[in-house]
Order: sequence, then C-alpha cells, then structure tokens
Amino acid sequence: MRDNSYKAVMARRNEIMKAAVGLDYSVFESGSIAFDYEGMMAAPGLGMDEVNRVMRSFSVGNTPLIELKNISALARKYARPGFGARIAVKDEACNPSGSFKARRAALSVYMAKRMGYQGVITATSGNYGAAVASCCAKAGLRCIVVQECFDSRGLGQPEIVEKARKCEALGAEVVQLSVGPELFYVFLRLLEETGYFNASLYTPYGILGIESLGWELARQCREQFSQEPAMVVATNAGGGNLTGTARGMAKAGCGAPIAAASVDLKGLHMASDGAFNRKSFTTGHTGFGMPFTTWPDRSDVPRSAARPLRYMDRYVTVTQGQVFYTTEMLAVLEGMERGPAGNTSLTAAFALAQELPEDSLLVVQETEYTGAGKHQNAQLDFARQNGIRILTGDPALQVPGENIVLPEHPGQLSVREVSLDHLRHSLIKTSMGGRDALPREGDLDFLAEETRTSRDYVTDAINRLLEERDEKNG
Amino acid sequence: MAKQGDWVTVKSVILQPGERAPQVPQDTADTPLLQWVKGHLLQDAEIGQQAEVRTRTGRLARGEVVEEAPGYHHSFGGFVPELQQAQESILRAMWGERK
Repeated sequence: MRDNSYKAVMARRNEIMKAAVGLDYSVFESGSIAFDYEGMMAAPGLGMDEVNRVMRSFSVGNTPLIELKNISALARKYARPGFGARIAVKDEACNPSGSFKARRAALSVYMAKRMGYQGVITATSGNYGAAVASCCAKAGLRCIVVQECFDSRGLGQPEIVEKARKCEALGAEVVQLSVGPELFYVFLRLLEETGYFNASLYTPYGILGIESLGWELARQCREQFSQEPAMVVATNAGGGNLTGTARGMAKAGCGAPIAAASVDLKGLHMASDGAFNRKSFTTGHTGFGMPFTTWPDRSDVPRSAARPLRYMDRYVTVTQGQVFYTTEMLAVLEGMERGPAGNTSLTAAFALAQELPEDSLLVVQETEYTGAGKHQNAQLDFARQNGIRILTGDPALQVPGENIVLPEHPGQLSVREVSLDHLRHSLIKTSMGGRDALPREGDLDFLAEETRTSRDYVTDAINRLLEERDEKNG
Repeated sequence: MAKQGDWVTVKSVILQPGERAPQVPQDTADTPLLQWVKGHLLQDAEIGQQAEVRTRTGRLARGEVVEEAPGYHHSFGGFVPELQQAQESILRAMWGERK
C-alpha cells in the first residue's frame, strides 16, 4: 500500500509532476542557477499560428479592444495640459469562461487531450478553474478543480464561492479546502489517484496561450488606432499574465513598455486562517505578486514559464478601495459592468495615463466577468460583516485587513511605485542560496536575463550580497 | 435522512493540527486542514454520519455528511452606501451638477 502521509507524498512530488505534465524539465537544467528558459518555451513546438488556431477551436480570444472615451476624458481633467493618454481596454470578459485565463486553459487542455490524458486537474481559487472546466467541457475531458475556499469555521469568500459554482456549472468536480499551503499535498494525491493531467498555471502551455493576448493587442492597436501603445498595463499576481502578454507583443513586433499593477495587501499573511476572510481580493495582489516576481520557481512545476521580472518596465500598486471605485467608474461612465479584480490594471491606468501625452495610447490588457459574490457590492458587504471598516476618504489611509477606503473623488486614484532594483536584488539573493562565491558566467548571464539587467549589474549585486554576509558572520 | 443516490456534501479532515506543514502560521497550524467534496451517496445516511459518495469524476470519497442537496446562497449583498457615494462622486466629476 502506498504511503500517503504528507511527508511521503511531498517526497514523491517530482515524479508525480513529471507524469502529470508530460514534460521532462531536467533536460533544460544546467546543474547550477541557470536553465534554458527559451528552450523550455520552445519544447511544445507550438508556433503563434498554431496557438491562435487552438484558441479559435475553443472559441477563445479575438476579444474586442474598447476605447474608454469617458474615462480617458475624466483622467485628462486631473492631468497637466496636453497630457492624459487615450485608454483602451481588452475586454477579456468576452471569453467563454469570462476571463483571459481561458487562453491559458485552452492550450493546456488541448495538450492534455493530444497526449491522451482522460482528465485534467488544476489547483486554483481563481478564474482559471472556470477556464479549465470550460475547455474540458468542450474537449470532452473530465475536470477536477482544487480550491482553497473556506476558513476553519467554514466561512467562504463570496468571490471564491461563486467561482466554485461556475466550475460546477461547467461540469467540473470541485474539491474545496480550508486555508493552507497543504492544498498542494491534496493536489498531488489527486494527480496520483486519477492519473489526470496537471493544468498548472506555470507550464509553457499556459504562458504560450497568453501570448495570443499580447499578439492580438499589438495588431488591434495598429488596425484600430494606427499607433503603437505608449504603455500596456497588466495586473500581476503569479506573473503569467504579464509574461505571456509581453512575449506575444514581442512576437507581433511591439516593444511597448509594460507596467505591472497589483493590489496592495501588505501585512496580510497569505497562509493565515484568520487573515483569509479579511482580504477582499483573492488574486491580483501583492501577496502573490511580490513573491512570484522575485522567485518564480516557487510554483507547482520545477521551472515556471512565468518570469515577469524579465518583462516589466515598472511595478505599481493600488489599494482595494481604489479598485472598487474604478469598477464603479467603468460601470457608470462606460456602461461596462465587470469584476473588480480584473480592474486592478485599469485603476493603475487612470493614474498612469496622466503621465502620458494626450495623443498617446495606453492599453489595459484585461477585464473579467462579474456576478453574485464576485462583485464589489457583495465583497464590501462581506468585508463589513467580517469586521472590516468601509470608509470614504483618502485611500492613503488604508490598512489592509482593517479597513477599505474608497476615494472621495477620481483625483484620489493614484499609484505607488515599487522599486524594481529592490525586486531584482531579491531575485538574485534567492537564486544565490547558500553559495559563497560568484557563480559561473552562464549563471551571471542568466540572472542578467532574469532581472533584465547586465552581467555587471548582477556581479555588483552579488559582490554586495557576499560582503554583507561576511560582515554579518565576521 | 439522506437516501442512497442523493447529492450531498461530505466533509473530512485531511491533516490534524499536529500534522500541518512546518511553514504555516500559528493560527493555521492550530486548525485541521478540512476538505469538502460533493457526490451521490452510496448508502443511506443521516447528517453528521460518516458515508461514502461517488463524485462527478467517478471517484469515491468518504467523510461526514454535512449537507443534503447543497445549493448556492451567495448574492450581491446588502446596500453599501459608500458605493452609492462613489457613483455620485464619479458622475459629478465627469458631468458636473445635473438637474
């Protein structure tokens, strides 16, 4: 009989994953810090044309790029004369499952079917569950979604409860868990029990699927606006959204700068039972954004295909209250009711547009569906019932987990800058682990790519790190 | 009493408080890791009894029957005055005071 204890299952994780992803990651390893990222991305042998063909086969993609004329005009009122870019949004809510995650799921489910798996499992409390369920429904595959849903009292986040309903509506089995990272243990056991495919968010398939978003976006800017975007804003959590979009834009010859945006949830522990229902965002926040940006390989596969620090030009945060406010703005000024979490990047865009000339174009690359539970009204009512103070005032006064402050007027929509140098140093430090000398040249070049810097930058950072360590030990 | 074949939710303990992963914070470590799964009952059972179900994907799962005919009860919530204020301030900033 197989030992299914926590320790034993976790010790088998690599062999379980290898069988469940259909990809041997060891061939990309250098034996040191570096690995062959582009080699891994090319391994599935899927070009842009084939990716787009798969998207069409699942009725995914080709979402409209909509100019937000009223919101653009309103942002301009708060900008210097001559500033305030036109803001356009890629309406990803139009995908069959209601978010850009459909792109990620389509390619994974297509590969699962092609490789002969009978079903697909995914571990997610987000829109990705519905996306995988939707694609499995179309492909005739079975589907299990594993969710962190309730605290130990059995109280569920309304947003996650709604996502569970949607997965079940699309024919999936939903396994719901209380708070904790051991979700991964349950996930591994299910993979072993069923022999299903692991539709991880972080395989090359998932990221190649999102490339279709960046590719479409670049072409739509040219066709509809006859110009390149001056900036693209992407919500950042696990990093795949930004990575895939940037890579797809590059494949379409578009090198526009990319700003990452996350909701600031500083101070809330992501694995805390008590904090679980004190946050009103379950994704798109710094609790995922920061750790996954500085250490992508913390994901559920040996090497993550989502490596956002390679592609971001800026990283900004906004507050929960600002995002809820912007969600209202999209509804009452543009007539578009969409889910709050997907409007994180739009919130940042309202402020960022004011830095850009008025004849330039700023693109927000997603929206998501809304509905009961997954709506600012439901989430704020739930927050209040759980002891969070809901206020109208200066958003700078927010304390995540204690209050949510909605702005008094649109002029209080602002962004807070995250230092990219700080993130880069953090990534380099984690990559170094316990090493006490400069790694080999291949590793330095790899870290330069990982941080979008130079070999000199990386060398300097490592030397400083080693000096600091010597002083500490000295 | 739920009958054989009825659609129910069963709850089970996956890890006891002493078995939680070493990295979890104390408040989480003090609670068990719980799991809820839905399926068709394989035998008649009362709420609170241990029973086995067959899930959507055909798996067998065991646990305490906690709900018969589980539905969906989430909503859009009650009135949130701050959202009303938000709408009014946005419309005022955009269009000015309208009669």
